[in-house]
Amino acid sequence: MKPLLDVQHLTVTFEPPGSTLTAVDDLSLTIESGETLGLVGESGSGKSVTALAILRLLQPPAKITAGQVSFEGRDLLQVSESEMRAVRGGRISLIFQEPMTALNPTMRVGDQIAEALTSHGIEKDEARQRVGELLEAVRITDAVKRARDYPHQLSGGMRQRVMIAIALACRPPLVIADEPTTALDVTIQAQVLEMLRELKQRFNLALLLITHDFGVIAEMADRVAVMQGGRLVEHGPVRQILREPSHAYTQRLLRAVPGMSRR
Amino acid sequence: MPLLEVRHLVKHYSRGGGLFAPPPSVVRAVDDVSFQIAEGDMFGLVGESGSGKSTTGRCILRLVDPDSGEVLFRGENVLEFSRSRMQLARRDMQIVFQDPYSSLNPRMRAGDIVEEPLIIHRLGSPAERAARVRKLFELVGLEVAHLERYPREFSGGQRQRIGIARALALNPALIVADEPVSALDVSIQAQVIELLLDLRARLRLTYLFIAHDLRLVENICNRVAVMYLGKIVEMGDAEKLFRSPTHPYTQALLSAVPRLDPDAPRTRIEFDASSFRRETPMREIGASHWAAV
Repeated sequence: MKPLLDVQHLTVTFEPPGSTLTAVDDLSLTIESGETLGLVGESGSGKSVTALAILRLLQPPAKITAGQVSFEGRDLLQVSESEMRAVRGGRISLIFQEPMTALNPTMRVGDQIAEALTSHGIEKDEARQRVGELLEAVRITDAVKRARDYPHQLSGGMRQRVMIAIALACRPPLVIADEPTTALDVTIQAQVLEMLRELKQRFNLALLLITHDFGVIAEMADRVAVMQGGRLVEHGPVRQILREPSHAYTQRLLRAVPGMSRR
Repeated sequence: MPLLEVRHLVKHYSRGGGLFAPPPSVVRAVDDVSFQIAEGDMFGLVGESGSGKSTTGRCILRLVDPDSGEVLFRGENVLEFSRSRMQLARRDMQIVFQDPYSSLNPRMRAGDIVEEPLIIHRLGSPAERAARVRKLFELVGLEVAHLERYPREFSGGQRQRIGIARALALNPALIVADEPVSALDVSIQAQVIELLLDLRARLRLTYLFIAHDLRLVENICNRVAVMYLGKIVEMGDAEKLFRSPTHPYTQALLSAVPRLDPDAPRTRIEFDASSFRRETPMREIGASHWAAV
């Protein structure tokens, strides 16, 4: 069976006048449906650029110079911009690290969730009904009242739940989560991760989970891909990567994780 | 005598009460906090955002003025010090901040940033100061050739080394390290932590290490206090506290830390915030182990 997402030889360069920088260098990876792939690396490794490239959200001077992104039988790098808009949020959603900057501060969160539905062709009345269900799915209690809140009235953990509700609104088969819990306290992170695991099961989601935290990887990922300087240096099943990393960079990263040697 | 003893430290903030704000309420940022740090300790103060750990650190250095309590440094209450006496005391107590991007003056050269405390405290001739700065650069693993560079020309890890060199300039006994590696990548974190540990041994430093990363604290601290909503809820030898956490909040906090083994059983403990009683006093629950239970 074909993988849900098949990225082949993806190359992204930054071309400010007079110089060229390769941010993603001949990267290939696949995600099966329902699977969680953890994409790990340090800042500047190209992991977030990869996510943006898959969704064609890169801004100049960043440019995709080579590769294919096969998803549901087509190459996303070749489809029209209007087709791409239907894919974003409809078939592939993105969850950002910072929910405060990703949410619209002037809009009630319920309206923002409804907008995710209406912008993909769902009628207003139906969208309004679905908002409640979505808020319950991300375990926000008192959904009717919360839907009328503005983002600043919610805690960081609650905002991230709203982001996840927006991401799930159209029941996409693939969610890309870029450091979804990095800004959160550890007890809130645990709640959000647990909820993501549960929603994955319930909606058979595939997850591309971008993180720098091997703890989050160990909790969530089925497979792991390690990036360094725009290249994929190692990939494999999570147990193999955590227990017997073969690439020197992965070994170095794991040794740097506090407590890794002892547990 | 402990190097530092904090007794019944209190810092409350009132919030709200403005023209369009809700009625005023009091935030008990630091609420009757007491602990001791012995010479040579690596004392970890851990908690989540809003627990009051940073405010506690700042009160100790009087960067924030506490409402009440005592901060005894070598037996003397620094909260009663005059301005000039406090300035003298600051030679012994220094701080390293979290964010090496915003805590260094972008218009000053690295060498000048490290030298500045020496100038403020009127220590040494220009030649002596220059020699001291070079020595500090070497001590923290920076290249002397980079003395003239500006902060923006350094990486995050190097900037944190500049911050550390500056903190060490006056030869302090106590360093308050407020999330010193949280803004850094994990491999850089490990290098900076190694430096802090190395300096502790070489210069016989004592650290108050403020952090939210429990794995890190477990690895490097010998004593730990856990804060929740302005209170220390549990405190003791790191090994004991991490092996047998006793306060329900400590248990919940430790159970929330992602395990690095995918096959480790996940037994998360939820903390019921409504069960938290501020009044519960700390009591000794074992040798060198206290909890508010």
